[in-house]
Amino acid sequence: ILAASPAVAGPLKPSRHRPMTTIAPVASGVVSGRVVDAKSAPLPGVTVIVEGTTLGATTNEDGVFTIPNVPAGQHTLIYSSVGFATARVSVTVLDGKPVQAPLTTLGENAQALSEAVVVGYGTQRRQDVTGSITTVDSKQFVKGQVTSPEQLVQGKVAGVQITTAGGAPGAGSQIIIRGGSSLSASNRPLFVIDGVPVTNDGLAGAGNPLSLINPNDIESVTVLKDASATAIYGVRASNGVIIVTTKKGLAGEAVRVNVSTQHSVATVAKYVPVLTGDQFRDLVLNYGNYQQQALLGTENTDWQRAIYRPAYTTDNTASVLGALGKVPFRASVGYLDQQGLLKRNDLKRYTGNLSLTPVLLDGNLRIELNLKGSWIDNNFSDQSAVGTAVGFDPSQPITSDDPRYAPFGGYYEFLQGNGQLVNLSARNPLSLINQRRDRSTVKRSLGNVRLDYKLPFVPGLSANLNVGYDVQRGRGTVFVAPSSASQYNRQGINNQYSQNLDNHLLEAYAKYEGRVLGQRLELLAGYSFQKFGNTNYIFDDRRADGSVYTPLTPTYDNQTQFTNNLVLLSYYSRLNYNVADKYLFTGTFRIDQTSNFAPSRRTGYFPSGAFAWRLKGEDFLKENATVSELKLRLGYGQTGQQDIGINSGYLPISTLSTNTAQQLVGGQYYRTLRPSFYNPELTWETTTTYNVGLDYGFFDGRLTGAVEVYQRDTKNLLFFSNVSALSNLSNAGFLNIGSLTNRGVELTANLDVVRGKKLNVAVNANATFNRNRITKLTLVDDANYVGQINGSQINAVGAPAGSFYVYKQLYNAEGQPIQNAVADLEADGVLNGSDRYISKSPRPTTILGFGSTANYGKLNLAFTLRANLGGYIFNGVRSGAYFAPSTNGTLGNLSTEILASRLANFNSLTAQSDYFLENGSFARLENVTLGYQFGSVLGKNSTLNLTAAAQNLFLLTNYSGIDPEISSGYDSNIYPRPRTFTLGLTYGF
Amino acid sequence: CTSQLDQVPSYTANAEVVYRDPVQIQQSLVRLYATLAVSGQSGPDGQPDISGIGEDFSQYLRQYWSMQELASDEGIIAWNDGNLSDISRNTWNANNEFIRAIYDRIFYQIGLCNEFIRQTSDDKLASRGITDANAAGTIRQYRAEARFLRALSYWHALDMFGNVPFADESSSLGGTPPPQITRAALFTYLEDELKAIEPTLVPARTAYARADQGACWALLTKLYLNAEVYTGTARNTDAVTYANKVLGASYVLAPEYRLLFLADNDATAANREVIFTVPFDGNRTRTFGGMPFILHASLGGSVPAADYGVNGGWSGLRIKPNIVDLFQGFPGNTSDARATFYTTGQTRTISDLFNFSQGYLVTKYKNVTSTGRPGSSAQANGGDGNFVDIDYPLFRLADVKLMYAEALLRGGSGGTAGTALEQVNEVRRRSGATPLAGVQLSDILDERGRELYWEAHRRTDLIRFGRFATGNNWPQKGGLATGRDIAAFRTLFPIPATDLAANPNLKQNPGY
Repeated sequence: ILAASPAVAGPLKPSRHRPMTTIAPVASGVVSGRVVDAKSAPLPGVTVIVEGTTLGATTNEDGVFTIPNVPAGQHTLIYSSVGFATARVSVTVLDGKPVQAPLTTLGENAQALSEAVVVGYGTQRRQDVTGSITTVDSKQFVKGQVTSPEQLVQGKVAGVQITTAGGAPGAGSQIIIRGGSSLSASNRPLFVIDGVPVTNDGLAGAGNPLSLINPNDIESVTVLKDASATAIYGVRASNGVIIVTTKKGLAGEAVRVNVSTQHSVATVAKYVPVLTGDQFRDLVLNYGNYQQQALLGTENTDWQRAIYRPAYTTDNTASVLGALGKVPFRASVGYLDQQGLLKRNDLKRYTGNLSLTPVLLDGNLRIELNLKGSWIDNNFSDQSAVGTAVGFDPSQPITSDDPRYAPFGGYYEFLQGNGQLVNLSARNPLSLINQRRDRSTVKRSLGNVRLDYKLPFVPGLSANLNVGYDVQRGRGTVFVAPSSASQYNRQGINNQYSQNLDNHLLEAYAKYEGRVLGQRLELLAGYSFQKFGNTNYIFDDRRADGSVYTPLTPTYDNQTQFTNNLVLLSYYSRLNYNVADKYLFTGTFRIDQTSNFAPSRRTGYFPSGAFAWRLKGEDFLKENATVSELKLRLGYGQTGQQDIGINSGYLPISTLSTNTAQQLVGGQYYRTLRPSFYNPELTWETTTTYNVGLDYGFFDGRLTGAVEVYQRDTKNLLFFSNVSALSNLSNAGFLNIGSLTNRGVELTANLDVVRGKKLNVAVNANATFNRNRITKLTLVDDANYVGQINGSQINAVGAPAGSFYVYKQLYNAEGQPIQNAVADLEADGVLNGSDRYISKSPRPTTILGFGSTANYGKLNLAFTLRANLGGYIFNGVRSGAYFAPSTNGTLGNLSTEILASRLANFNSLTAQSDYFLENGSFARLENVTLGYQFGSVLGKNSTLNLTAAAQNLFLLTNYSGIDPEISSGYDSNIYPRPRTFTLGLTYGF
Repeated sequence: CTSQLDQVPSYTANAEVVYRDPVQIQQSLVRLYATLAVSGQSGPDGQPDISGIGEDFSQYLRQYWSMQELASDEGIIAWNDGNLSDISRNTWNANNEFIRAIYDRIFYQIGLCNEFIRQTSDDKLASRGITDANAAGTIRQYRAEARFLRALSYWHALDMFGNVPFADESSSLGGTPPPQITRAALFTYLEDELKAIEPTLVPARTAYARADQGACWALLTKLYLNAEVYTGTARNTDAVTYANKVLGASYVLAPEYRLLFLADNDATAANREVIFTVPFDGNRTRTFGGMPFILHASLGGSVPAADYGVNGGWSGLRIKPNIVDLFQGFPGNTSDARATFYTTGQTRTISDLFNFSQGYLVTKYKNVTSTGRPGSSAQANGGDGNFVDIDYPLFRLADVKLMYAEALLRGGSGGTAGTALEQVNEVRRRSGATPLAGVQLSDILDERGRELYWEAHRRTDLIRFGRFATGNNWPQKGGLATGRDIAAFRTLFPIPATDLAANPNLKQNPGY
């Protein structure tokens, strides 16, 4: 259905107007009509086409058109002309009779300007917006097999970097807006789904709680980026706000059914290049020691190909949309069955969605009811096999008849001479997969009722009430066979886990719209109460046969469950003042109180102010034919962050130890009580954002877009910091310390390349340049303190967060790295940890998105291409695959590069050297979609569309691993992102 | 709704409640003992005590043991994690994560002890309604134990780091960073502190694994014996005095050396030799540090791990030839039961730090009982064979006997050369070693090597004998395969850069 709609420039609302049921049609008729502009002057050259057909005409000098041979039935005429908003008009053609379409007025292309934009607590006209806001509607979404909502806008919004955790069905994503304003606290944006701000908490058994929302139900995704737009969400807004709006019925619309089915096959696009069994044998025989040689087998096993499979997916949605009497509604059900590339990994999702949007009391009471329910059955497989398969000895078989392996299910494993498993060695990847059953059932229900009531007696005053809930349940079981080597020592696993999330929302605001000094004023003030409950259950740790291996330990209050609550209580307000559609003022103010902090520290104040000057409204541009829109925006504001994953960290509490951490004193074992680190001074971190934006439109709106320049300074970072010895009850904890800055530029351009009767081509492009820099981290500026080191990465003052901290590799005359030779940067004759240097950052300096939609008659083509440039990746897969001198009785496979470099026996220095730091720049063809509209071939007024999509068709990169798109920057084996081919069929009637 | 903002989780204990209840006060005290054995509140991992490094690697006893062994002429480890090899090479610096780990564990423990002592003052107890004389008296005893445990960790800090941050219960939490105390002042503080608690502690051998007067005397002996290193002034007579108190108590050498290192060393006659111990249990006290580390990491190669009551070796630790060579005639001609070296497939010498087949293995510890039954969580008993029941002897009688002899030979009064020789020979005779005809100071270092290797004494001993930085070579010392002298400043470890950045009052040890 989406692909069947004609390509129209600008962010249009998707069409919900469908042909209505037919009235006894027989043959065809002539449709004619007249088109005028806002001043009632005739409009020549307007293209009028009959939707879903190739029929059409162009208006003459009098603005008149005539289309012969239009089949009988109800049709939608689409009027389009350069510089004017596209209009859609319904006509009914009766047998042989000419039809006069109603006189149609085309407005100047104010479409994009007058369109309602979703903002925090309400909507605004696009032309009135003073903040940095980007909306992506369903037409522009990434197409193909999309399982989780955030993937719909990947590459579509400047300033937003979305990185999936890998290719597993329902995998989570890292979403970073404008470089991320936090360090230890969450960098996740706030998601608001149909007016319900949802929790950031993960759910046990769900790779990604967002995947419980069916992307097929989503109408638009709006990203609020600068403080002028986000500050009304206060203490949760520092990392941006993403507002998800689902599809809804419209008043007066006929009931229409849509059924879509989509079938995909996914394959592994690339494997990690490791040695074959023969190559490996050759290497070990030539360079290994006798102990290693004795371990060699005779097989040629490609472990990576052994654990993956072609994966099939079917994704189906049926929806009914329309209005029943005065009640517009939409109801949908969805069924997704998605296989992962990894064997035994799949996801089944059932979703239901209902929205009712009646308007009562003569339009004075608007009601919006949203109900979503979903159920996912996950089968996770054992994803540790992904990494194990890369390094497992290729000279060994998958299974063996040798009786030594019989206790392990016949799978080959590394054994000691006495037949026992070698400790601390890798386990057979196929055994990991086949002898484990890791399943979960997760459910989510999200719903709310919004009442918007225009108060009588006071014109312009309305009251809004929003009551909502978000309930999630995660349940899962893990079974590992007693013969699985991975859990052989403890005779398998038979365990369960369980988690509940219960979130409640109550919001109320009042709004006044009126005129002050002759200009438009909007005032809004509201209240919000939110409670996020997170309950975990404790179970016995059991062996495969169900016997208790380690009994559960009850909590301090002798329960087998424990609950954390976060409560947010807020007051917010906004003022919009519009002077002559030229000078626009916005001010917001929010007061937040959070239960995460002590009473004296919990109240936060978050102001913002913005001014926009709509130059197009000035006399000198009003009549300008080239410039169709020009608006300069200046914004300033403060937002907060309080999400550190710890509730009540300000309270002095003690934790009771488990039964396995008891202590013997005087002949008796005790469960011990440990006082925890606490910080009564803890408070929110503050980000101050400065934003300058320019919205432009040229050539009657054929070229539109925006330029944004911003700086975001975060201070009082909620930093998980070292604390001085003896000053608290651990060596580290959350302090408000340090600061960081993000600076950036964002460019967006949408261009209608061709607007024609048959051919329409539109392109959109966005570019993001962001520089993240830590400006302070410690209480004391100590020259010897390099920063917070985390493996091969570091948070250090003056560098982007997570920069690489590595040794400088030395090379010989031929340019080959010299084994175990790194530069003595300290020049003290000793090579150690201090000889590392702060190198590149994993953060891309440039993020590009490029998309296009084109249609020619009934055919349409769309693609999304995106690129991250300038980020570096530490290839831990390469550095981890070296010729181990260890004699613990195992062999590990190696990267094929060893055939050329002969590097072996790395010590820890080379393994952490910049030799393994690679440029992670890439360009990925996210999706290409080809669609064809058959029109009403399956019955009168029906629509039938066929789409073929390919995702991840190519990845251009110099990176030597399988995929450089890794959010942490450290490649330690990633579940491959699939290359997916999808066929979809949509039928509407 | 405003009241909803005060969320107090019910599954954790509030400080006000804990310190009102004698039972919970005891659980809080026992937690101080646990710091030496576990790394967090969910054994073997989970709810960690400290952050920034894995619980296994950073466990208190494991890192204390590693610093004493790997930096000396005793132990070497084949693993290549992070900057671990810098410990075996004596090339560490202030950014070494393992040095930071033991530093952080030490001060974590002291901070925890301070909090307990702070919360259990007579005033605070009274204000919380604990006025019963019996209860208050018991808690006063707990406080003395907490002060002993704090002193023990301060001694570790004094020994390894020299001038260190200092705070006691009079400081407040979350306030300004603590000042730095000089090594000499800390010595005096510890001396006063241990003498102050001595009368309050329970008498020696009242209860197993409890900080009693015997533990207090043993620690005072350690302090005085090393006083010259710590303060520049020898205190050997004081060392003799406190060693004598131990010798005068009811401690008895275990009849067999091996009993001290078995799964049931808490229950056999070995427990009469043990003065202070870190207890482990396969089911109830679990960690991947401590005793499980020492045992697993010592095994590998062709050793049949099941014979040692565990599921396998971790192929890490070997002993340097310096210690093996103290047993003249090994592997053939020695009657000394203490030479517990495994040689099959292993070379005596070590040229490659990372080659596990170089260096003999130490099979001193066994997770089996004196009657040959595997430990409680060995696979034979339905466990997974990861965890062990062996209690780690921190102080034992043989050590005190050797300290006593050494203090006398260093000029301490309170005994004769004859009693010194007798104490040394008692230790030797127990293991079937030929008694010495006479004893000199240098013999003590060798005897301590034979008796106490793999028990985390060696680095301190070498420094006291002036044979740590120079005059004594071992493989990889100074980063050279054959070893070389190192600078004298390495007798102290550097204060970690992380703490220097967090505390403006600290000055780095010279040389770093």
